[in-house]
Formats: sequence, structure tokens, C-alpha cells
Amino acid sequence: MKVLVPVKRVIDYNVKVRVKADQTGVELANVKMAMNPFDEIAVEQALRLREAGTAEEVVAVSIGPAQNQETIRTALAMGADRGIHIEAPHDIEPLAVAKLLKAVVANENPGLVLVGKQAIDDDCNQTGQMLAALLGWAQGTFVSALEIAGDKAKVTREVDGGLEHIEIKMPAIVTVDLRLNEPRYASLPNIMKAKKKPLDSLNAADLGVDIAPRLTIVKVEEPAARAAGVKVADVQELVNKLKNEAKVI
Amino acid sequence: MSILILCDHENGQLSPVTLNAVSAASQIGGDMHLLVAGDASGNVAKAAASIAGVAKVLVADDKAFENGLAENLAPLLQSLSAGYSHIMAAATTTGKNVMPRLAAMLDVMQISDIIKVVDANSFQRPIYAGNALSTVSSSEAIKVITVRGTAFEAVASEGGSAAIEAVTGGGEAGLSAYVKSELSSSERPELTSAPIVVSGGRGMQDGANFAMLEKVADKLGAAVGASRAAVDAGFVPNDYQVGQTGKVVAPDLYIAVGISGAIQHLAGMKDSKVIVAINKDDEAPIFQVADYGLVADLFDAVPALEQELG
Repeated sequence: MKVLVPVKRVIDYNVKVRVKADQTGVELANVKMAMNPFDEIAVEQALRLREAGTAEEVVAVSIGPAQNQETIRTALAMGADRGIHIEAPHDIEPLAVAKLLKAVVANENPGLVLVGKQAIDDDCNQTGQMLAALLGWAQGTFVSALEIAGDKAKVTREVDGGLEHIEIKMPAIVTVDLRLNEPRYASLPNIMKAKKKPLDSLNAADLGVDIAPRLTIVKVEEPAARAAGVKVADVQELVNKLKNEAKVI
Repeated sequence: MSILILCDHENGQLSPVTLNAVSAASQIGGDMHLLVAGDASGNVAKAAASIAGVAKVLVADDKAFENGLAENLAPLLQSLSAGYSHIMAAATTTGKNVMPRLAAMLDVMQISDIIKVVDANSFQRPIYAGNALSTVSSSEAIKVITVRGTAFEAVASEGGSAAIEAVTGGGEAGLSAYVKSELSSSERPELTSAPIVVSGGRGMQDGANFAMLEKVADKLGAAVGASRAAVDAGFVPNDYQVGQTGKVVAPDLYIAVGISGAIQHLAGMKDSKVIVAINKDDEAPIFQVADYGLVADLFDAVPALEQELG
């Protein structure tokens, strides 16, 4: 089985994002970028499937500007076998991403697509579900455990009330949640080796997909800041303030 | 203009968050229709019909819809979509699972997790874990939208008398099957709708120490939550998690105990009306968003708080 892992290049999760003064978006120039943390978990899971003999090949795909090749190299350094880069604007929407991925799936015929449940930049939480719809495949979303047996997968989903177990037909899309695994770090020798791994580059037009945005960004702004609070000396003062000042208890 | 809203329900009960989704829809304007899928008891449809302002309740009573499987539900929504300008659901794990599948089937771009209705075509939503707010406008023929429940005041659950109408469509797609749920049972209020939330972090040191927070919570009628660090450390189950990737809460009072205040956690609670932080590290970032900060060892402060509350 081949596993396809879409990886997104986003602002590193440790960076405090700044809204641009003209309110058109957030500042991306000279900001540290990294692989979306949920996608790292997806790469890790794909590698574990290959190590367990369930998968033979792990292919990482990233959609975006030329710099996205760095993100693919990160996946290759973790252990993915090869990469596919699709040239597109940085802020391409999930629907267009899903359409491009559908075209990649048609070329590659993977048995499983593993992807992060959401990207930490636009927080959309859409791409995996949209790809499943376009392919007519089953979807296991927000997954914290995955077990593949033949043409079925048992998945454990993190839902609002706790955990849910479902069984999905393969091939399938699985979107991964935080507790599925702990991604490995790429070692220096593997980072060097990754530079020699195959990486194909395509563009959206090659795949015959219309990627024009459907939504217009009117403005991006900072949220209102909370007013500074006060320190209280002890529990008595705290309870007193909650009762008489804030009147919430 | 008419709006279709997918109801969340569990164990034969309408989930309260549906009232918040209806509230968002009511700000758009137009007829509001509610869809109840997979409700053998009929209780959910009755509850939905009595929500103030609802014009019609559509009921699709097929076993295939009982457990909210997206592969079965999305085609049902698609078959009902003609004539609606908006199709909405609360951004619960059900809504987040089903709605993007529907959007792709309709070839429209979804607008996720809205926190404000600007007009019928424009909505505000948080990005970067709420560190920025984006206003987007859509010219799609059908707007598929998920709603952040805490951002909209619930509408009244009584006062309406909508007609109930049976519908069919979709059904067993043969792609997925529900096996079982492991739901945490608790006598306490549900985390996302509780007026008071008491949360513990890594500073709790052990799952057993959450008993201290539960005692305080019981005196306040509060729900108990946790930071991602506490969940990852195995102190409490995942459904306790408040944060960007867990639940988003906005209670009247949020008490953060032994929580440092990572951006991830703040994203899930900083819209609370009053925030209290108890932490022994006076440099902890949580104090920057707290209305009342108490620098103290939680193992002294929490029992004292319980006592003080009588």
C-alpha cells in the first residue's frame, strides 16, 4: 500500500503572529516557517505503517510556493520516500487544495491519505473531509488511534464527549489529532540523505484544476486585548472580589 | 432567503449548542429550517420545533443517520440543499466532520467556525488560534458555515411551534460503520455550556489531584476542564481539553489552576468574562489575561478556596 501525506507550510507554532498594518493578512516576510504540526503527526503515522509492513511507500505532497519544497524535504528527512510539490499561491483555499490532491490521488493510487486534522494558520479543518467527498471515500477524522486490517480500518476519533470508535472502508482519508503519536526528529544523516530523494514539481494548471479563490478576505485584524487584571493577596480576597466586584459567584 | 441548520443531538436529546447555531442564523435573517437526522425517539424533533423563531423542522429518521457518520449525512444534506442560501451547523466534532464533506459535494468553499455575522455574505472568524480575526465574504450560491457556539447568545428553547415534516435522502453509503463510544459520564455541567469552568494544568502533578478541583467545581456548579499538558500527561481524558485543538469555552467565570497559559490554551478560554489564575510562578503568561491573579501554591490555595466557598 502507498500512503500519501499532504503537508502544509505554515508559520512556526512558536512564532507570535502579527497582523499587517494594512489589515490584508498576517506578516509572513522574514517569519520562521515550519510544517503544520498536525501534518508532522500524519507523516510519523505513515512512517510507522511502513515500518510495520502495512505500507510500502510514503509520498509527501505540498501545495504552495517554491519554499514549500523545504517542507517536503522535512518530511523526506523524517523518512518519507519521495515528494511531490505543486506550485500554487501560499493562501490557496482548502477546496482548491482538495481538488489538486484528488488529481494527485488519481496519478498515484494510494491506499490511504493521512493528513493533519487542521492547519494552525487558517484553522479551517476542511481539507481531509473535502478530499474524501471528492473521491467518494470514507473519512476518519480527528483520529487518535488507527489500525488497518485488510480492506478496513478501525479508527478511534476524538469527539466532544470523549472517544468514538468507527470502522471505515479502505481506501480512506484519515485526519490525525494530537494524541495519535509523537513525531520523530530528523537526524543529521537523514537530513543529508533527504536532499537526494526524488522530488517532482508540478503546477496547478498541469493538473487541470481551477484554484481561483472563492472567498474574499475583507480584513484581518487583531482581537481586542483584555484589560490588565489585578493580583490578589489570598484566597479570602479572591472570593470577596468574585462575589462583590465581579459578581460572578 | 432561507437557512437550513443541522441539529446536534445525543442520546435522544437536542444539544444546547444548536440554540447558539440558530442564534447565528437568526442574525442572517430569513426562514430558518432545522434538520434532525437519525432521531428514533422523536424527542429531538419536538425540542427543535419549539425553538423560538424556527419555521420548519425536517426529520430524516433513518438508522444510517443515528451516529452522525459524514458519509451518510452529507448526501442527505446535499439532497435537501436546493433553495437554501445558507446551510449551517455548530462547530462541534459532528459539524466539523460533516460540513466540509457537504461543501465539497456542493463545490463551495466552507466558512469555518464563525464568531460574528457581518451581513448575509460576510462573516468574521478567528485564525491563528484567535491571534487574528479574519472577515471573509462569500459569493457562493450556498454558504456552508460552521458556528462557534460560545460566540452567539443562545436563543430561547421555548416559544416556537414549527411544523415537523418527514424527509428522505442519502442513507447508508456503505463506507463507514459506527462501533461504539467511550463517553465520559459526569454529573457536572457540560464544559462548553457551563457558566463556570475550573481547569487544571500540568501543575496538578497527578490525575488524582483533580479531585480537589472537582470539590471546588461542585460548590460552584462548575464544569472541570484541563490544559493540553494535563491531558497529554494522562491526568484526565481528552474531552477535558480546553484550547485551540480542544474545546473553546467562554463561561462567566474561568478558574485556571496550575496552568502556565500557553497560546494554545489561551485560544480556548480568553473570551471568558472573568478569568482567575492560580499559579505559583508569578511570571506565568496566564496572569496577562487574568482579571484576578493569585500567586500561590495550588495545593494550599485550592483547599482554602473550597473552604472559603463554604
